[in-house]
Amino acid sequence: MGIVQPIATRRSATGILTGKLAVWWLIGSEIVIFGGLLASYIMMRLLHGDWANEAEHTNVVIGATNTFVLLTSSLFVVLSHYWAEKGDRDKAFKYMWLTILGGALFLCFKSYEWTHEIAQGYTISKSLFWSFYYVAAGIHGLHIIGGVVIMAFISFDLKKGKNMHRAELIGLYWHFVDIVWIFLFPLLYIAK
Amino acid sequence: MNFLIEQASSFAADIDGLIIIIAVLAGFWFFVAEFVLFYFIFKYSRKNQAQSEYITGEEPELVKWVHWPHIAVLVCDIVIIFFAVKVWYNVKQDFPQPDETIRVVGYQWSWKFVHPGADKQLGTEDDIEMIDELHLKVNTTYHFKLESEDVMHSFSIPVFRLKQDAVPGRVITGWFKPIKTGQYDIQCAEMCGIGHGIMGSQLYVESEEDHNKWIQSVNGQGETLSQVQ
Amino acid sequence: MSNDHDHHEQSIWEKYIFSVDHKVIGMQYLFTGMLMALIGGFFVYVFRMQLAFPGAEVLGWGIVNSAEYNALVTNHGSIMIFWVAMPVLIAAFGNFLIPLMIGCDDMVFPRLNRLSYQIFLISALVLIASFFVQGGGFGGAWTAYPPLSANANYNLTPWGSILWLVAVALEFVAFLMGGINFITTLMNSRAPGMKMYDIPIVVWMIVLASILFMASVGPLIAGAIMLLLDQTMSIGFFDPAKGGDPVLWQHLFWFFGHPEVYVVLLPAMGIVAEVMTTFSRKKLFAYKTVLNTAIATGILSFFVWAHHQFVSGIDPRMANIFTVTTVIISIPIAEMCFVYIATLYKGSIEFTTAMLFALAFLVEFLLGGVTGIFLGASGSDIYFHDTYFVLAHFHYTFVPIAIISVFAAIYYWYPKMFGRLMNETLGKIHFWGTVISFNIIFIPLFILGASGQHRRIYNYENFPQLATDGMQNLRVVATMGLIAMLVSQIPFLYNFVTSWKKGKIAGNNPWKANTLEWVATSPAPHGNFKELPTCYRGPYEYGKMEGRKDDYWPQNEES
Repeated sequence: MGIVQPIATRRSATGILTGKLAVWWLIGSEIVIFGGLLASYIMMRLLHGDWANEAEHTNVVIGATNTFVLLTSSLFVVLSHYWAEKGDRDKAFKYMWLTILGGALFLCFKSYEWTHEIAQGYTISKSLFWSFYYVAAGIHGLHIIGGVVIMAFISFDLKKGKNMHRAELIGLYWHFVDIVWIFLFPLLYIAK
Repeated sequence: MNFLIEQASSFAADIDGLIIIIAVLAGFWFFVAEFVLFYFIFKYSRKNQAQSEYITGEEPELVKWVHWPHIAVLVCDIVIIFFAVKVWYNVKQDFPQPDETIRVVGYQWSWKFVHPGADKQLGTEDDIEMIDELHLKVNTTYHFKLESEDVMHSFSIPVFRLKQDAVPGRVITGWFKPIKTGQYDIQCAEMCGIGHGIMGSQLYVESEEDHNKWIQSVNGQGETLSQVQ
Repeated sequence: MSNDHDHHEQSIWEKYIFSVDHKVIGMQYLFTGMLMALIGGFFVYVFRMQLAFPGAEVLGWGIVNSAEYNALVTNHGSIMIFWVAMPVLIAAFGNFLIPLMIGCDDMVFPRLNRLSYQIFLISALVLIASFFVQGGGFGGAWTAYPPLSANANYNLTPWGSILWLVAVALEFVAFLMGGINFITTLMNSRAPGMKMYDIPIVVWMIVLASILFMASVGPLIAGAIMLLLDQTMSIGFFDPAKGGDPVLWQHLFWFFGHPEVYVVLLPAMGIVAEVMTTFSRKKLFAYKTVLNTAIATGILSFFVWAHHQFVSGIDPRMANIFTVTTVIISIPIAEMCFVYIATLYKGSIEFTTAMLFALAFLVEFLLGGVTGIFLGASGSDIYFHDTYFVLAHFHYTFVPIAIISVFAAIYYWYPKMFGRLMNETLGKIHFWGTVISFNIIFIPLFILGASGQHRRIYNYENFPQLATDGMQNLRVVATMGLIAMLVSQIPFLYNFVTSWKKGKIAGNNPWKANTLEWVATSPAPHGNFKELPTCYRGPYEYGKMEGRKDDYWPQNEES
């Protein structure tokens, strides 16, 4: 639509990039959303000791693998940012795609896991534990999907050498999504 | 003391007392603030004051006019908190020994009251079950077990200054002691659906004699009456 | 620095409908908010008529049945908070004022800004649609306590309740987006030279409100997802039969709901600060105190939520803790009011319509504030909870916030929005009509509340103690007050529309004010300033200053 970036966007009274500030505030608001959900889950879990019997049926192996996959992808996004700062477009592009691959792998494992669980009758309405399980992991999964799509867009920018700073912005977001998973994994899979 | 409505329970006067304390303290600050505000509005209108002074609001001799009231408000707050907690403790935390325990069940859109009957045990054959009518004996300490069968309701008796939400899945205990005979309203004070506006019951606080007569009339056995409506 | 990005001519489409200009987006929010206020006003007219004349046919609606009554009450509340107070106070004035007052050309993310309005507009349309679906609009009160809101067997509005919830959730998303824009714009795009304490209070307040909103709404968004699943798939997060807990929703709701009060209060206080300093020609008394008390109030507001739940089945010991925090919050708020009153000291007050509204805000809000103490003190709340006393209390806060301060802002910034002044005579008729009738509505409701009248009842004849003639007369008085208040808006609307073309030309700085928006031409063009200003001093340098002829000293004027 031919919108020219306003001068406002280019100013930086704090010395921090405007985009970075925005990502931090976005993460802040996401933290309270996940915080509210997880706090509700924890409070109910403490009241219902019997949820442990349900949690037994989660697949810890896939959960752990996915944790590993996400952590590795976080490393890749750091490398992508590193090379973007160095100005090496191809390497930045390559590592961004490795990150995307990590996200995609995560989603593949997740779909396998869920298909399996649903086939065994552990659906969202089986019990409240499973409701929380699907809601929390589902919202997290949507964040992964969103992140992967945005990274795909950014990767081509990186290849062309424009908006290189966005490698860092998406990196921040990706770390956040990672950290959410690091909370979800023990709370949903390990706590028995 | 009757600036609200009748006081028909033992703790109604306590709650009204707290309301008066707050009315006096908060009222004092309200009138002081409004007085100063209006005084300034007239005193410093353009007509009376053609040019304004340059004041930052950091001058010590001016700041004290905000600072001292500020501390005084804190003192008032502490007084209010003290009495509020005291009244709250008496009404909601410290229950005297009951003479009788009743069940109160809210459902869309009525109240059901269950009296224990002659054996003083709830859940037995001789329970007296009433719909939308609560009969109490004056000067008797009651405990109530409040339940809800469907949505949130709130068991409210204004003359008792009593209010407690009924939460489905929980049994909430409370107490009251009627001190005045008469017929009063029982309300549902929490939005509970389209019949919320008709979810009223009648409370009959009776003398011992009348109360016994009422027990006679329902014959002391489980019986559902629906006289109101 | 010249404004080099305003080359191409914009089509009407680009200029008014899909504009990314912060001022146009601000106007879109303002007009949408005003339109929703008319709907909310119509709703209150209908149900107040039902209360005054139970069972009678209401002109423009017909006979009000109890389901309709509940839907009207519920949506009156929802609309006035989420689709009037929030969009007008935060989004409309935030968008319009922040870039102008901090001296830059736009928001930092113009397209995000446009998207936030579009989502907001959709949310408003979804809410309106909820009235026309099978079963009618949602009637479970604006607090939407489950299980009533979660189960169509209980609320009998299978679609209305879902649409209501979706609308609210979309509205939250819109404001989260807007909030990120406000916060980053203030942090990064201030005019050169504008330091922390040179920022106009209203900008501070809108940004603090955005931060508060962002920090408090998250759990409720999570709760809304849970409630939506309860409604659509009968999951049972809030259903005790399935192991859920209905009180959990109340915590999530009020953890947001109470900070929300301050989310709308702070911008209103900010507006009043701007208007009061300009028209009393006085520097804001103790700028830093105002800022600190606002921050303190914001932080405290996260620790008071359960005072809405004293009698809702929470552990009674918890009530004591929340009584302490709630009563303590009176300290920063009282201090803020004292400081505002002190601002008038040795001023030179000019009674323009804007100033009258700003003063009325203080006069009325004080009553709203002190009556809150009755409700924050657990002991007396047992009696007052869910009575008309509560209702009158929060209207004495919300009407000054969302109506009175907004009028002050409209009369004050209208020249900057449209380049012309509003008519003062009509303005004064509007002012006295609004403020007097406001008190006629709510003083009787305080009395009714103290007599034990509980809320959300469409007809009191089922409650003999409340069906007395005396109480019915008070209800009629309140309804008459309401009609007078609604009628009083006619001169305003007339004034608003006609001044657009016929008002007196305002010039850049009609009020001789200091802040940067008055440097721009009126109305401000796309890009705001011919030359982006530099800031040299604080926003409230009013009064007799040594070596200066004028009693004001604009922020951009080099000394």
